[in-house]
Amino acid sequence: MNEQEKIRLTPAARLGKWLVSGPPFLFLLLFFVAPSIIMVLASFRYPGEFGALAPIASADSDTLHGLTLETYEFFFSDIIYSYVFFKSFLVALATTLICLTLAYPLALLIARSPKKSRDLMVLLVVLPFASSFLIRVYAWMILLGPQAALSQVINGMLGVFGIAQVYLLFSPFAVLVAMVYVHLPFMVLPLYTNLEKHDPSLLDAAQDLGANAWQRFWQVTFPLSLPGIFSGSALVFIPVLGMFAIPDILGGTGDMLIGNLIKEQFLATRDWPFGSTLSIMLTIVVLLLVWLAVRLGRTRGRYA
Amino acid sequence: MALLEIRNVTRRFGDFVAVDNVSLNIEAGEFFTLLGPSGCGKTTILRMIAGFDLPDAGQIFLDGRDLADTPPEKRPLHTVFQSYALFPHMSVAQNIAFPLKMARRPQAEAQKMLHEVLEQVHLADKADAYPHELSGGQKQRVALARGLVNRPRLLLLDEPLGALDAKLREEMQIELINLQKDVGVTFVFVTHAQVEALALSHRIAVMEAGRVAQVDEPSKLYGFPQSRFVADFIGHINMLQAQVVESAHGHTRLAIAGLGEVIASLHSGVTAGAKCTFAIRPEQVRIGTHGEVSELKNHFPGTVHNFLYRGDVTVYKVQMENGLLIEALLPNAAPGRAELYEVGDAVRVGWRHDAGVLLHE
Ligand SMILES: Nc1ncnc2c1ncn2[C@@H]1O[C@H](COP(=O)(O)OP(=O)(O)OP(=O)(O)O)[C@@H](O)[C@H]1O
Ligand SMILES: [Mg+2]
Repeated sequence: MNEQEKIRLTPAARLGKWLVSGPPFLFLLLFFVAPSIIMVLASFRYPGEFGALAPIASADSDTLHGLTLETYEFFFSDIIYSYVFFKSFLVALATTLICLTLAYPLALLIARSPKKSRDLMVLLVVLPFASSFLIRVYAWMILLGPQAALSQVINGMLGVFGIAQVYLLFSPFAVLVAMVYVHLPFMVLPLYTNLEKHDPSLLDAAQDLGANAWQRFWQVTFPLSLPGIFSGSALVFIPVLGMFAIPDILGGTGDMLIGNLIKEQFLATRDWPFGSTLSIMLTIVVLLLVWLAVRLGRTRGRYA
Repeated sequence: MALLEIRNVTRRFGDFVAVDNVSLNIEAGEFFTLLGPSGCGKTTILRMIAGFDLPDAGQIFLDGRDLADTPPEKRPLHTVFQSYALFPHMSVAQNIAFPLKMARRPQAEAQKMLHEVLEQVHLADKADAYPHELSGGQKQRVALARGLVNRPRLLLLDEPLGALDAKLREEMQIELINLQKDVGVTFVFVTHAQVEALALSHRIAVMEAGRVAQVDEPSKLYGFPQSRFVADFIGHINMLQAQVVESAHGHTRLAIAGLGEVIASLHSGVTAGAKCTFAIRPEQVRIGTHGEVSELKNHFPGTVHNFLYRGDVTVYKVQMENGLLIEALLPNAAPGRAELYEVGDAVRVGWRHDAGVLLHE
């Protein structure tokens, strides 16, 4: 708790505080906490005959179903599910790292540009949001398709060396490309926000004290940007972990990630309890990672 | 050979000449101050010495070597920035050790140097603190220690005491003098506070609009300013329009309109009839009754126009018969106001025949 929260408020101020924070609080309660509880409960039940959940109480004792741990047993009985988790984790990690390496120089460039051009550059970074997410992903279908220039050029070159043709579309490569493309702004923005606040006199001081450009970056700019790196990474890693649309559209049949698996349980297999279990496992993994990131960020961000 | 030689350096920003043909020689071990009003180009000179800015014309030599092609990180000098520019993600010890790390000093030697300087700035107990946990004075000391630890040839200080309150400022001034004496590093100090410059420096360069107006020891600068600008900028001074009557027989006689004749010490190079300014410091002007000032060569009647009680002294403004105002300082040697002249009282002001200077411009 920080100092300001310890200050005692007048009744009017307290009321004002509730009026302001009340609606978003209710919203979260209604649309996040409540569904989460429903999901946790659902994961302990049996699937209904035609989807949904089997009733807990029934007049007919043959169809009577109680609560069960079956779905959790099922999850751990087959290594395939852990494997899908692991694969999704790797995709999310790769996407995050690629986004970071692409976004860092860009964010640094924007942050060090003259003030006037900065806003325009930030606008360009967020401009893709102006068109629909699905349209942008479908666009990659065309760009990576076998008739597209990219495939033609690559396969043309491979042909010269007598190497078999490659198909860019419907591959882990296509998924990764689109994942990076879609999430790049989420990495650029927090990084830029952080880098833009750096005091330029720190770099002058470092240079004055004998640091060359390389040392100035690694000793000053980089450590000071760690909070930006953490928040950007969280904003990329977490959505990628649960993403199903991109693998659905660009990944082809073989490439299933957790997001697809969960979607499958609800829409195709109609096994709600197992879908809930998978979602809970995913949530636990994400919370663990967030907790880890916060801990890391706290020791690093002592000065902030 | 001077440690640092600035030779005919000029720096323009567009049409504006920020530094105009400045030449300075700074000796090893010196506490040298650049003093001048805001915007006169002090920081620009410092930045050119440090290498963050380059002269449009002229050269800067360190130990006789032209610095033109040496980038800031390779110059054997350090800067203490006004904002301190401490690295917020490093502890006090890490901040101070930074230049040692960059210079790749061996571990044992670096540790020794670090502890030595921590002792010197009285921060040994704060070694593990972070900058945001320090007071203004402590941050100031860290910045100083960081600049000094690697034993630079030269330490540049840009208004380092500007952010401190008056009391702390005075304390730091004394520490700064002692520190400079201890480490023997040459200091180039920038300030627009003339009291600070007088108290700290071995020599001062007074700057006016990009030019050096006068370079001198503090007492010379204060006692014998060479121009109206320097006289006016440093301390308070009465400036009286005067005409030379005669300059011979060991003294110069001046006619001051409405006041009468004033006897001053001999100024060579003035001829009878020349117009000039007679400048005299308020503390050199005595105020009293006729009997108290009549033994002085120069004394004139006037009335008290107003006064300011300052605690240690009282500043009187005395109106002379021609309407001229002369400022006089009266030390309050006894409790209360030493001598109680009220507004409107008839008094006399006087000064010794060797007080004051002649400025011819
Ligand atoms: N990069 C720049 N571009 C344009 N003009 C500049 C630049 N740097 C300094 N100036 C101008 O040069 C003049 C001298 O600036 P400088 O910072 O050296 O003054 P200073 O003596 O340090 O003043 P202060 O006591 O306020 O710090 C100022 O009028 C300033 O506006
Ligand atoms: Mg300045």
